[in-house]
Order: sequence, then structure tokens, then C-alpha cells
Amino acid sequence: MRFLFLIASNLKRKKLRTLLTILSILVAFLLFGYLSAIRVALSSGVDVADADRLVIRHKVSIIQLLPESYGRDIARMEGVAQLTHATWFGGIYQEPKNFFPQMPVHPDDYLAVYPEVLLPDDQLQAWKNTKTGAIVGRTTADRFGFEIGDRVPILSPIWPQKDGNQTWEFDIVGIYDGAEQGTDTSPLFFRYDYFDETHMGDRGQVGWYVLRVTDADLATQVAEAIDANFANSFAETKSEPEGAFVQAFAKQIGNIAAIMIAILSMVFFTILLVAGNTMAQSVHERTRELAVLKSIGFTDRGTLFLVLGESTIISAIGGLMGLGLAWLMISAGDPTKGAFPVFYFPEKDIVLGLLLVGALGLAAGIFPALQAKQLRIADALRR
Amino acid sequence: MNDIASPSAEPASPEPADSAETLLDLRGIDKTFKRGSEEIQVLQKLDLQVPRGEFLALMGPSGSGKSTLLNLIGGLDRPSHGEIHVDNHRIDRLSDRKLATWRARNVGFVFQFYNLMPVLTAARNVELPLLLTRMNGARRRKHVATALDVVGLSHRVKHYPRQLSGGEQQRVGIARAIVTDPQLLLCDEPTGDLDRKSGDEILDLLQALNQHHGKTIIMVTHDPHAAERASRTLHLDKGRLNRED
Repeated sequence: MRFLFLIASNLKRKKLRTLLTILSILVAFLLFGYLSAIRVALSSGVDVADADRLVIRHKVSIIQLLPESYGRDIARMEGVAQLTHATWFGGIYQEPKNFFPQMPVHPDDYLAVYPEVLLPDDQLQAWKNTKTGAIVGRTTADRFGFEIGDRVPILSPIWPQKDGNQTWEFDIVGIYDGAEQGTDTSPLFFRYDYFDETHMGDRGQVGWYVLRVTDADLATQVAEAIDANFANSFAETKSEPEGAFVQAFAKQIGNIAAIMIAILSMVFFTILLVAGNTMAQSVHERTRELAVLKSIGFTDRGTLFLVLGESTIISAIGGLMGLGLAWLMISAGDPTKGAFPVFYFPEKDIVLGLLLVGALGLAAGIFPALQAKQLRIADALRR
Repeated sequence: MNDIASPSAEPASPEPADSAETLLDLRGIDKTFKRGSEEIQVLQKLDLQVPRGEFLALMGPSGSGKSTLLNLIGGLDRPSHGEIHVDNHRIDRLSDRKLATWRARNVGFVFQFYNLMPVLTAARNVELPLLLTRMNGARRRKHVATALDVVGLSHRVKHYPRQLSGGEQQRVGIARAIVTDPQLLLCDEPTGDLDRKSGDEILDLLQALNQHHGKTIIMVTHDPHAAERASRTLHLDKGRLNRED
């Protein structure tokens, strides 16, 4: 601590240069935070996917439907604890930009397989008692101001009603919350029986099944057994762990993690060069002063730590401000107002950010610090 | 620092007395530098004894090895051959780390161009050597105040080097050199960048530190007028000490 004023004074030596370096580091960590939140948003569900949940979809594509009758066969199979299904409704509320998912489900089955969906008992009861009833997640309820008792019209170009009317009306009977930070609370769920008897076209079809296995270790075995059971049928299945399913869904827009890592690597490499250059210049300009410090008794190691301390403080100021600003902006919520229903700064990424702050400080300062350490006093004083 | 705060040390004799205790003892010093494949011998078989409390001036033409000799005495460089004993400790064999610690405790350097940190106030510049001690902040500040008082700059504590005249900057440099109360002051052309008046004031100050505070001073200078203040003057030429005034 006693050397802090010395380090701080050196930072004030070229104020503009220090400020610009700090700003560039700040921007890098702001970007890091924001990209982390976007990665979470784009791959939402992967992190919270349960290892003991399997998703069974049509082998050809997720848009191909499966017979509802498969459910009876699957439920009887060994290792299956609970089973539910869902179907993509693809409705539009007022205008296309107001996107949020809607799915018809069986209330009891769905909530049993997804315990992270927290719905008060009285609202569940109301849902079961109201055929046109729907429950909506907190994110979407807050976004559009939905309240229990509201009647919400949703237009579905995919699923018109028998009379050709594309507008469905749902009574909001419940608002659910997520048990975890990563739980997506944007979908609206309504009753499958209402959906099945109202939409135009064939009855008894579902989008996909989700089941919970009795033992996570049995997941692969159960998946293979299901796919084998429906092999060579008119609707063959593809069963996979929920995490892989969500990831595959997210990968439709590319390998998000790889893209993020590539962008961040380039950003941090550039910032490393900027900060490293600042430190190298700073040390070069102070060669004589460093020699004087050594002449009055500062050791080689002491000089090394002095320079490293400087670069670490620059990195810490910029990095912590960047992470803090990112946290504040992310906490303000989804910047797209709907496209990213799960949008937060994951704790593990905050920790990673803090580690990067330290690593950047050390990496940027290490070569100038070694130069300072190896400085020969007599030579430097002669310059 | 107590010595500086309350000058109780006996004034040094103007002439080195045989009976005086030897503080510095250089034996058979050679110093060779390499420039490419060429070897340049800067100091040759040099012997020098400096009694405690002496004010010694080292004169000689440029390139005669004065500053190199001063660097060797101060532990900033190592001889190619020979031994350097200071206060009965052989310093030329100390590790870099021990040598740094030794410098912090035993030597104060005064440079021609002051070499102050431009971003630090006078007080903070003087405090630098004390950062290497175990003193707390309050004690450090007390020692700094005393050192600045000794050099007559108590009123300039919070001024930055750019706000001080050359003579004042050199005084701050001297305060920094004496703040740890070292026994040996090594001055490399301390008046070389100053006008005559300011130079005289600095020489007065060095003389006072020698006579009233018992500091042993070795001063490299080109200026015979400055050398007159010393109790003894040695001339270096082509790496050899060849005349004693």
C-alpha cells in the first residue's frame, strides 16, 4: 500500500494516454459482459436443461409432427418417469415484432416434467377449469401488461381454427415465475385439448415429447429404446437429451459460443496490444527514473512489481468499470424488448471477467516489467 | 536521521589523518567495458582509501573514469577485478538484492540533473528511500520534514519539481539522499547544471553536511572552484589516480 501513491502518480503522468487505455479496456469488458448475456439469450435453456429430461421429435425435422398416440407407448417404456408434449403454435400478438412463444400442453403433465415453472395452485386449478385458459410467464406478462382475467387475442397463421379464423382468444388465468435465473418465462401455455379440438386439420398430433427418466444414467438407453420402437414407422423419432435439443435449436443461427469466443479473443488480443504498448512506452520514458529508484535501493523484483502493479491497476480500473457498466445495462433488461427473454450476466462469466481483468493486467505489464527488472543502473543513468 | 536532526557528530578534519578510521577501501580495482569486440579499460589497478568524515573531490577530464569510480563505490556497478570494502564490508561480492539493500541503508546519491520524479511533490520525492524501510507513514513524514528543513526547503514541501528552481531541485535531491541518514554521500557533478550562486549554495550545504553532520562525501566535479570546498582532491586520468592535492 505504501507504494500506491507512486503507482498512482505514474498513472497521472500522461493523463490522456492513461484515460484512453482505460477507456479501451472498459469497452472491451463492456463488450465481454454484453456478449455473455447475448450468448445466454441465444442458447437459453442449454444451461438449465436437465440431464434427466429427454426430447423426442420427428426424425426428419422438428417441424414434422408426431402422433399423440406415441405418448401411450412411450409412457409404458422402462425408465420413463413422466411424460408430456408440446407443439409450436407460432402465434402473433398484435404485430409480428411482439414475438413470444406459445404452446398447447397438458397442464398437469407439463408442470410435472418442468418443475422450474412455478404456478400457484389456485391458478393451476383455474387453468384446469377453463378450457380457453392460458398461463403466461412473468417476462411476457410484464412486457405487455397482461393480468389475470385479460382476454388475449393471438393470430396463428400455422394453426387456423376449423372455421378458417386465424385469431384465437385465450383467457389469462395464471402468471408463472421461473425457479432459476435462466428459466425462460416468456412462453404462453394453453390447453392442448382446446387446441386439438379447435384447429383445422388432423387431430391427435403433437410437436414433440419431453420425458423425465427415472435415472439420468438411463437416459441414453431410454432414448435408443424409443427410437428403436418407432423405427420403420411412418413417423420415426429422434430422441436426445434436452440440452442437446436446445443446443441444436440454437445452432440454427450458428455456433454461438464459437462466434462469441472468436470475437472476444480478437477484442482482448487488440486490447492486450494497446495496454502493452502503453506500458512499454511508459517504462521506456522512465528508464532514468527507474534507474534512480534502483540506485536508492529498490530491488530488481521491487521494480518489476512496481510496473506490474501499474498495468494491473490500469486493467482493474478499466475492467471493473466495464464489467460494472455491463452489469448495470444487462440488469436493465432485454435491449430488444422481446427477442431475448432470458437475458442476464451469468455469475460464472462475471468470475471469468474478473480473472481476465487480472490476466490482462499481468500480460500487458510483464514484458515492460521484465525490462525494468533487468535495467542496469549505471547504463540507464548514462542515457 | 537523529544525526541530521541534531548535529552532534564531530566536524571532520579538513585533511585525512592517518589515524582516522577508514570508511572506504578500494584495492586493485580494474574496470573494463566491452564495446563490440573491443575492450575498454576505464579503471586500472586503482587503490583508494577514504577516511570516515572526509569530503573528497574527484577531478579529471571527461572519460577519465570518475563517474565509473563513483558507481563502483556506490554499488551501482561491479569492478572487473579488485575489492571494494565499505565500513569493513566487502560489497563487490554481494548479490544484486543485498547490494540494493546495502545502498538503501548506507549511500545517498546526488545527481547532476537532480533526477527527481516530476510527478511527485518535493516531500514525496524525499520520502522515496523511506518506502523501503519499515517506518509507518507518520514517522516517514517526520523524517521528510526534517530532511527538507536541513536543506532549507520547509516552505516548498508540496511543490512539484517543475515549480522549483534548479538550486531548489538539487536541494530536494540532497534531502532525498540524506533522509535515511546514510554515512556516505556520493555526488556526481552536483553543481554542474547550476549557476555560480546556486552552485555555491549547494556546496555550502554539502560542506555543512560534512562538517556538522559527519557525512563522508565523495564528489565528482569538473569545477576547481567546487573542488576547493573538499578536504582532499584526487585527479583521475586514463583510469589511474595520479595526483593528490
